[in-house]
Order: sequence, then structure tokens, then C-alpha cells
Amino acid sequence: MHQKTIAELAAGLRAGDFSSEELTRHLLDRISGLDGKLNSVITLTEQQALAAARAADRRLQEGDAGPLTGIPFLHKDIFCTRGVRTSCGSRMLDNFEAPYDATVTEKLAAAGAVMLGKTNMDEFAMGSSNETSFYGPVKNPWDLERVPGGSSGGSASAVAARLAPAATGTDTGGSIRQPAALCGITGIKPTYGRVSRWGMIAFASSLDQAGPMTRTAEDAALMLAAMAGFDERDSTCIDRPVDDYSASLGSALNGLKIGLPKEYFGEGLDASVGAAVEAAIDEFRKLGAEVKGISLPNTSLAVPAYYVVAPAECSSNLSRFDGVRFGYRCENPKDLEDLYVRSRGEGFGAEVKRRIMVGTYALSAGYYDAYYLKAQQVRQLIRDDFVKAFEDVDVIMGPTSPTPAFRLGEKADDPVTMYLSDIYTIAVNLAGLPGMSIPAGFVDGLPVGLQLIGNYFDESRLLNAAHQYQQVTDWHTRVPEEFK
Amino acid sequence: MALDTEAVSKIAYLARLGVDESEYDTYARNLSDILAFVEQLNAVDTEGVLPLAHPLDEKQRLREDKVTEADQRELFQKIAPRTEAGLYLVPKVIE
Repeated sequence: MHQKTIAELAAGLRAGDFSSEELTRHLLDRISGLDGKLNSVITLTEQQALAAARAADRRLQEGDAGPLTGIPFLHKDIFCTRGVRTSCGSRMLDNFEAPYDATVTEKLAAAGAVMLGKTNMDEFAMGSSNETSFYGPVKNPWDLERVPGGSSGGSASAVAARLAPAATGTDTGGSIRQPAALCGITGIKPTYGRVSRWGMIAFASSLDQAGPMTRTAEDAALMLAAMAGFDERDSTCIDRPVDDYSASLGSALNGLKIGLPKEYFGEGLDASVGAAVEAAIDEFRKLGAEVKGISLPNTSLAVPAYYVVAPAECSSNLSRFDGVRFGYRCENPKDLEDLYVRSRGEGFGAEVKRRIMVGTYALSAGYYDAYYLKAQQVRQLIRDDFVKAFEDVDVIMGPTSPTPAFRLGEKADDPVTMYLSDIYTIAVNLAGLPGMSIPAGFVDGLPVGLQLIGNYFDESRLLNAAHQYQQVTDWHTRVPEEFK
Repeated sequence: MALDTEAVSKIAYLARLGVDESEYDTYARNLSDILAFVEQLNAVDTEGVLPLAHPLDEKQRLREDKVTEADQRELFQKIAPRTEAGLYLVPKVIE
């Protein structure tokens, strides 16, 4: 059962081949038996899952079921879940049971999806390797000595290892796409504002966006349809109807114009990854797409601009964690200032502290114009590059990550080198565009991801292109040996 | 711009972030590396470029000024480190 996709499971549930309760028990057992190797799950919500599965079985019997009814999923531990620990991978929130559900949590529950538990992640989603989590690093199921990517590393690892057919992720600078690439699964970060951020613990509010992580584009379409939509509780959520993502999956790609930015194939790209990506582009040519070279001239400025904007917003967002109203509080504070300083000092890990300090510095008196304003101007130039490119092409393609999964510990002591793992994904967040990663081959037994970047609200076109590619390739069906 | 340990201590104070003195050197090195890395932005001519406020040029939406949230004090205070009589407790601020 664990090898089936959401679409296959939904058909099996309707045919009565198995119940949601049986499916849920099977996956809970699988997680209990196998996750010791991966550390992809922080909290397992067994009783809640079984109750939700039984309710889904009743809906299925009554003929009141949607495409996700009875489908188990894992939820990134950044989404608030009422009465269930919502840790965000941090000691700061180790004792935090959210008093309410995030909009995404509510929407998936309403669709009848069954939450199995909460996945491990980089602390407050700050990291590209899942090594900054308070709960320890997550392992890549393709090689247990390698990282799964981050920050949605637990979600990616679990889906790749067939512990769940789908998981949620969030993406501020590549946190859905990069781990999807490194673990060999499908992930989509929608247009900024497509999915509500309400109840999703904020890292950098102008960049954060939630999306699904699945094995196929077909499944991503089903998940995204349930997650997306206007929510007046998120003031940046866009009031616009959600497309019927599943309906457009079947369209032929004849005449689709694909742009390959020359800056995404230059220095820094592992040659074998480049070759796999080129081979994937050839498949799109065979499917009828037209491929042309383009330029995104300000590409190299994306990571530096991001490391001003994201820390600045993080230093502001994370000021709410003060040891007063919820979360970690230090022992025996001697005065109010000591309470703040020690609660935050003991509650946050090293990477979170680094980013808070960079942001605090960039926003401090006398430096605002030189750092934050400058970065927001450069961000405009980066967006303009994309706007111009989309006058000529429908989809931009390239590598998701410059290398396959790296070894645990390899980059942990060198923040700037780690930041460069997101060199091809970060610009997409700065511009607010939708981006996707799909499995596109292997290098030395490790998965390679192809990135697809679309115009604003063009998620349907990305999912359609990915689905058509997955009809003629089988990279997305490969399973790591130990998790068959 | 290279930061020394004194600068690290000042920034940590501004952020109300407890950092052990033994870690000042490491943070000074890491933060200096990050700032040196972002410094390449200074080479870009941004004369006359408007800073990006929202990628979709959306305006902030306004809603009617009416109460939409119910009082959930008890629920929210259940997870607080210390409360008394409906108030959050912190160490004494005024002698």
C-alpha cells in the first residue's frame, strides 16, 4: 500500500480494496519501524490519525468523499495544530501545544486528509540541510550519511522513504524544492499569496509560502487544490479563484516555450547534475516543447539580497519569542531583561541566533539604507529579470540544486557555503513566483532535481509540464533500496 | 565590514539574545563572513530603482473595523509559563 500514489490510494479506497483505517495503521507501523533510521518525524499523532481515518471511512461509505478523503499525510512542524505540539524544530517551542489550527491544517482536515504526525525541519525553517533542528538531523533515505536538504527535510525524507504518500512543506528560499530535489520527490512552491500563511510560524513574511511535497505532479495538483485559496486572516493572501490543477494535467506540451537561463548552467554547477538536467530538457523537446536560451542577469545577486531581507524579517518576527506568553522560559530569571536574554539565548540554536543578529545589525540605526533598502532595490531588479523573461517564454527550467545531497556535517560550520546550496531557488522567492522541483535522474545513486519556474499564478502550467514529463520518464517511481 | 567581539556583544544586546562570551569569536567570524558576502550588493547601481514592497504590487487590504475575534484568554494562557488572575507574570519591574 505504501508504494501507491494519492491518486491510486483514492481509487483503492473507493473500490473498497482497503479502508483508510487499514491504510493509516499500515503507515503508522511503517513510521514506527523505519523512522529510527531517518528521524523524519518529531511527533506521531497516532490516536488522532486513527479517529480521522475512521471518520474518513464513514464519509467514503456515505459517498461524501473528495479526492483526499482518507489519504494520510505528514505535516511540517511549522504549521499550528490545535492541541498538538508545534515545535518548529526549536527548543523554544518544544513545549508549545498550539491553541489553534493553521488555515492549511484546517483545509486539509476539511478535505478529509488524515494527519499522521509532524515532520522534522531546520529550526524555524532556517537551514538547507535539516541539521539545525533541535531534534537532531534528518537522514537522506538514498544514503543515510547524507542530508535530505532543508528546511522541509523531514517531509522530503519521509515521502521519499514511502512513510507517507504526501507531506506539507514551506519554502522561503528553496525549502520545498531543494529537499525535494535531494530526496528525489516532487515539490511545488506556489505564487506568493496563493496559500494562506495564517498559523504557519513566520520566518520571513514577504518570502514564506506553503506547498505540497509528493511523489508525482498529479498528487501535487490534488494537494495544492486543497491547500490553496483566499483567507482573510492572512493580509497578504491573494483573493483570486484557485485553478482546477488536475483538469489541465493532460494538455499536450506542443509549442510550450521553455527558457534556459545561461546563469543557471555556469560556474558552481556540478557537471553530472548539469548533464542530467540537459537530458531532462531533451525529453521536453521530444514532448514538443521549444527550448531557447535566456538570461537572468542579476542571478548572482539573489543569495546576497536574500541574506539581508530574510534575516531582517526574521529578527523582527522572532522578537515575539520572549519567554512571557508561550514557549521556553529560562529558570529563575533575576529580572525582566534577564528573562528575555536567557530565554532567547537558551531557546534558540546557533543558526537562528546568527540570522537574528545579521537582521538586527542590518536594521539598526545608520545601516538601514545601506543594507535593507539596497537589498529591496536589488530584489526589484531580480523580479524585473523574470518579468522580462516571461515576455518570451512560458516556463523557465534549470537545476534545483547545484549538487546532489552532501554529507552530514560537510557544510555545517560554514554558513556562507551552506547558503549557496540555494543559489537557483532563492531568486524565485524574492520575485514571488511559483517554482517546482521534480526528479530528473541520478548521479552516483543520488537523485537530481529539475526546477520549473512559472509566471505568477501559473501553477497549472508547471504541474501540467511536470505531469507530462512523468508520463514518459520513471525517475519519480524509483525507491531507495532500504525502503521498498 | 568585519565585526569584532564588542560589536557582537552590542548586537546580541540589541536583540536581547543571550550569547556566551566564549562564542563571541565564532559569531564575530561568521557574521563578518555573511556581511562580507552581502557587501557585493554595493557594486550594483540601483540609482532610481524603487525598493520592492510586494512582488505582485498588491496594496494592503482593509477590512471593516469590527470585532472578529472571541475572547480566548483561558485557552491562550493555558500554555503560558506563568500567569496569575488572568495576567502574565514576569519578574518585578518596578521596585
